[in-house]
Amino acid sequence: MIDPLPQLIHTAINASAPILLAALGLLINERAGVLNLGAEGMMLVAAVAGFAVGVESGSIALALAAGALAGMAAAAVFGFFTLVLTTNQVATGLALSIFGGGLSAFVGQNYVGKSVVAAKWAVPGLSEIPFFGEAFLQQHYVVYLAFLLVAAVAWFLFRTRAGLTLRAVGESPESAHALGYPVRWIRFAAIVFGGACCGVAGAYLSTVYTPLWVEGMVAGRGWIALALTTFATWRPVRVALGALIFGTITILGFHLQSMGVEIPSQFLAMMPYLATIIVLVMISHNSDWIRLNMPASLGKPFRPGVG
Amino acid sequence: MSQRLELTHITKRYPAVVANDDVSLSVAPGEIHAVLGENGAGKSTLMKIIFGAVQPDAGEMKWNGEVVKIANPHAARKLGIAMVFQHFSLFETLSVEENITLGLSPAEVKAFNGKLAEAISQTGEKYGLPLEPKRHVHTLSVGERQRVEIVRALLSHPKLLILDEPTSVLTPQAVQKLFTTLRTLASEGCSILYISHKLDEIRALCSKATVMRGGKITGVCDPREESTQSLSRMMIGATPPVPQRSAPPLGEIRISVNSLQLAKSHPFGTDLCDVSLHVRGGEIVGLAGVSGNGQQELMAALSGETVVLPENAITIENVPAAQLDARARRALGVAFVPEERLGRGAVPVMPLAANTLLSHQTAPQVRKGLIDPVAAKALATRIIARFNVKAGGADATAKSLSGGNLQKFIVGRELLREPRVMLIAQPTWGVDVGAAAQIHADILALKERGCAILIVSEEIDELFALCDRLHVIAKGKVSPSVPIAQANVTQIGEWMSGLWPGNLDAPSQIQTQVNA
Amino acid sequence: MRIRLEPRAESSPLWTYASPVLALALTIAFGAALFAALGKNPVQALGVFLFDPLANLRGVSEVLLKSIPLILCGVGLAICYRANVWNIGAEGQLIAGAICAGATVLAFDTPAKPLSGSFVIPLSCAAGILGGMGWAAITAWLRVRFNANEILVSLMLTYVAGLLLIYLCTGPLRDPDGYNFPQSKVFSKEFQLAYVLDKTRLHWGIFVALLVAAAGTVFVFRSFEGYKLQVGGLAERAARYAGFSSKKAIWSAMLICGALAGLAGAMEVMGPIGQVLPSVSPGYGFAAIIVAWIGRLHPVGVVLGALIMSVFYIGGEYAQSRIGLPSSITGIFQGALLFFLLACDTLIDYRIKFK
Repeated sequence: MIDPLPQLIHTAINASAPILLAALGLLINERAGVLNLGAEGMMLVAAVAGFAVGVESGSIALALAAGALAGMAAAAVFGFFTLVLTTNQVATGLALSIFGGGLSAFVGQNYVGKSVVAAKWAVPGLSEIPFFGEAFLQQHYVVYLAFLLVAAVAWFLFRTRAGLTLRAVGESPESAHALGYPVRWIRFAAIVFGGACCGVAGAYLSTVYTPLWVEGMVAGRGWIALALTTFATWRPVRVALGALIFGTITILGFHLQSMGVEIPSQFLAMMPYLATIIVLVMISHNSDWIRLNMPASLGKPFRPGVG
Repeated sequence: MSQRLELTHITKRYPAVVANDDVSLSVAPGEIHAVLGENGAGKSTLMKIIFGAVQPDAGEMKWNGEVVKIANPHAARKLGIAMVFQHFSLFETLSVEENITLGLSPAEVKAFNGKLAEAISQTGEKYGLPLEPKRHVHTLSVGERQRVEIVRALLSHPKLLILDEPTSVLTPQAVQKLFTTLRTLASEGCSILYISHKLDEIRALCSKATVMRGGKITGVCDPREESTQSLSRMMIGATPPVPQRSAPPLGEIRISVNSLQLAKSHPFGTDLCDVSLHVRGGEIVGLAGVSGNGQQELMAALSGETVVLPENAITIENVPAAQLDARARRALGVAFVPEERLGRGAVPVMPLAANTLLSHQTAPQVRKGLIDPVAAKALATRIIARFNVKAGGADATAKSLSGGNLQKFIVGRELLREPRVMLIAQPTWGVDVGAAAQIHADILALKERGCAILIVSEEIDELFALCDRLHVIAKGKVSPSVPIAQANVTQIGEWMSGLWPGNLDAPSQIQTQVNA
Repeated sequence: MRIRLEPRAESSPLWTYASPVLALALTIAFGAALFAALGKNPVQALGVFLFDPLANLRGVSEVLLKSIPLILCGVGLAICYRANVWNIGAEGQLIAGAICAGATVLAFDTPAKPLSGSFVIPLSCAAGILGGMGWAAITAWLRVRFNANEILVSLMLTYVAGLLLIYLCTGPLRDPDGYNFPQSKVFSKEFQLAYVLDKTRLHWGIFVALLVAAAGTVFVFRSFEGYKLQVGGLAERAARYAGFSSKKAIWSAMLICGALAGLAGAMEVMGPIGQVLPSVSPGYGFAAIIVAWIGRLHPVGVVLGALIMSVFYIGGEYAQSRIGLPSSITGIFQGALLFFLLACDTLIDYRIKFK
């Protein structure tokens, strides 16, 4: 019999990785003052793009790259709308999610029932260590990348001048503009980075995690990632913690089920969504705390130099 | 000697208005040069052009004798131009040091070799602008924030420093300190462009003045040789009207605040601490103070935008009212003109007719839960006619009005309710002189009719011109009141730093001075 | 040459209404290009997609039928968005309404038939309305009481509602004689909504929907309650200045929308579907977001927007059956329309300058 605990840890980490990746991308967005509710749409587009490339080429690396590109392209559209046309960020994000859902369903229709096979990946040599190796060292490399990205994002935000500038833009685009910073280009870069992260996350879901194409398969992870940035009060390490909690909640039910606890599967599938609501309630309750931490210009359009 | 900065024939047009029309100006090294004009005269646009934030449509700019095109603020800063904005370009959740870093180029930051914090403290000390580099900006007072702006500008060793209305956030004493700093700077060869509409200050500080009106230059002079009247004529084309005051009989106490305590509602706010005051019918009471000392919180508590406990912390016409919302207080006869016109006193994208319903919520405008659009429109038309509001009729949106006209509309809307208690915050902020005079006259006429009026203003002159008694607010505490006849600017200025007799926050030795 | 956007001094009333028309034209042009790229004759394909649904009575009646839930949800969302309450969970509220209405019908649809259809149908509609309101109330309460973001909460609740529906269809509400299919039994004829046109499935709900749009218009433009909501939506501080409670505004907007979405769900299960099944809605609640937007958040505009969106739905079905394209092409058209609309709306406040 397989020892359930390392298996549980393994799957929980695996389940948290795509949410973590997406949330880190969105965190950079939001630190720059951009609220991109199109995360779900970007992930779906990237998932189907990645899956298609994966099926045609047989290469997971190419599939992930395709996902990143698709995510960046979708994000660039969002960037053009919100930054150049100064459209409402909330409405534009919703449009992107709706459009991404439609587009991915349309393209994906030809790929239903096909599959890609991801080669098993593990840390060479060490993955056979009992318990520890099984729990932590047999992940796909994207999982490790996601957790490395936590450190990278934290370093960027709090240790570099570019990160300080990004935070300043999110805090007050007017002030940043007055000091001569190219606010819209900085925001555009943040948006595209967010798209790339969501893209890799989406492609990971369809080619490694599931790996199948099913319509709407991102299943709200984009939205959960958005909630996670609030939960984490826009701090990378807390995003990682939050993602791990969500990963655990996502798979915990299924482990319980396999251990013979009888709960209808639909209720288990609800868990992450209910958890998101609970988490939002807990964190939003203290509005001072949110206010001190939230990028002040979040979601507000900025148009330089009038009057 | 060549001029440090020379502008010739600068023109900038916006869709609705020509902001700068053939403007020329020159500044010598070490000169303190005033740019004088009332709101909307085009001063700010001109400064933005010099700083590269706005590009002119025509004209030429010379820097130390050479023609330059300043594409953006970075380019301006590279030349040695620094600017202190009226609306600070600071980041609240970042520290002083981080804010200053962001205002310097990476090369400049590197030159400090990791010792930026020391440099901030040293520069601050040298020019009388003490700062703690690690503090977060949202914990600083408005005056301290301005120091951050100035120190940030000084650290790049500017050859030209632009200050946009720098004294509006300072106490009279702090203004004197600022002038000392600026004179030191000028003596070191730095040119200073000083933008203001305050004539006394310009006459005290500047050796040359360029006066603007309606986007055009209306005069260049040495302000020390001019009188306030002559400057004023150049600035507004007339001598400013003096409000005619009267002394109607004092009535009953209409609104009374009794030891009001209110914890701040958000982390960047101010706690109100044991506030007591009252206003009688037929008098105008003023509340002086530097902005950010609790004025907003107090006015919100009085208007009902925030509700307070206990119920009798505020009484209106002897009715305990602290728990009533703004609608209910209106029913008791309160009217309120808030300091932000767009977004608070009026909904920007709604027509003026619909904007009347914000405070006129009863018949004939609203009957049985249904709006009568004809009545609302008639009311708006009446306000426009009676208060000389320049607007495209009752269907014009609030945002299409100029600041002064919208203020006249809002003041008029509240006056037509014939309130028994009137609360006004910043009655003439950003309003041109003509509109300000009319608003002042309307307020004084309302007092004649026996209304109890409370005015919050950062313009001491305005308070002295209108009020019968003055209170001062500092750090959420309110001073005892002084009758206007016994008050003077110096004393009120000291009180604005919290130094009134009996205030426990005040440092004791200064307190004895005041008492002595 | 450079293209620049220059702000207008006043919003353009012309473009407020021209923008959706232009957006629709651009969407159609985009659709033609898409069809061409897929190797179809664009003229023929657009004909199938846009005009065939309106070519005969049956098609028109189906378009009207599908517009019912879209109008109901669209009016509700228009009111929410006017109040700046970003409810995007109309889909979940619709499902909750469908569940409650369906369960009510099933409770009375026994061999004994304790009550007649004329009692059960209004009762079930009421149950649907309450269900939708209840579902919306969760979002409203969490927003008012805990300041939890209504966008995320209402969306999460949509996923929850969908899963709950599947659970009920596979469990408590499942037809015992249904060979284990996850669906309830088909309601008896008398517990289904009456048709208003022979040989079509169009039921009297269309009149309810139009009535709701009319009532919505009065509410938005003439009632003081509607005014309060809009002031709150446009300028929160102005609402506080006027003394309008923002909490009350969130509650009313959410409850109105929940009620209408719940009613839509009830009418779907008692109308064209006639039973409870997991696929009660092909995303009406989400499509209604676009409907509300393209209808300028104006209830009459919502009716027009709903008809367009409805054509897209039927057109998608035709595209699948007649020219072999996946019906999910509807989703692309919906998304594209919203994007084009957002882009065209820029013209309301800006003019394009060529330099």
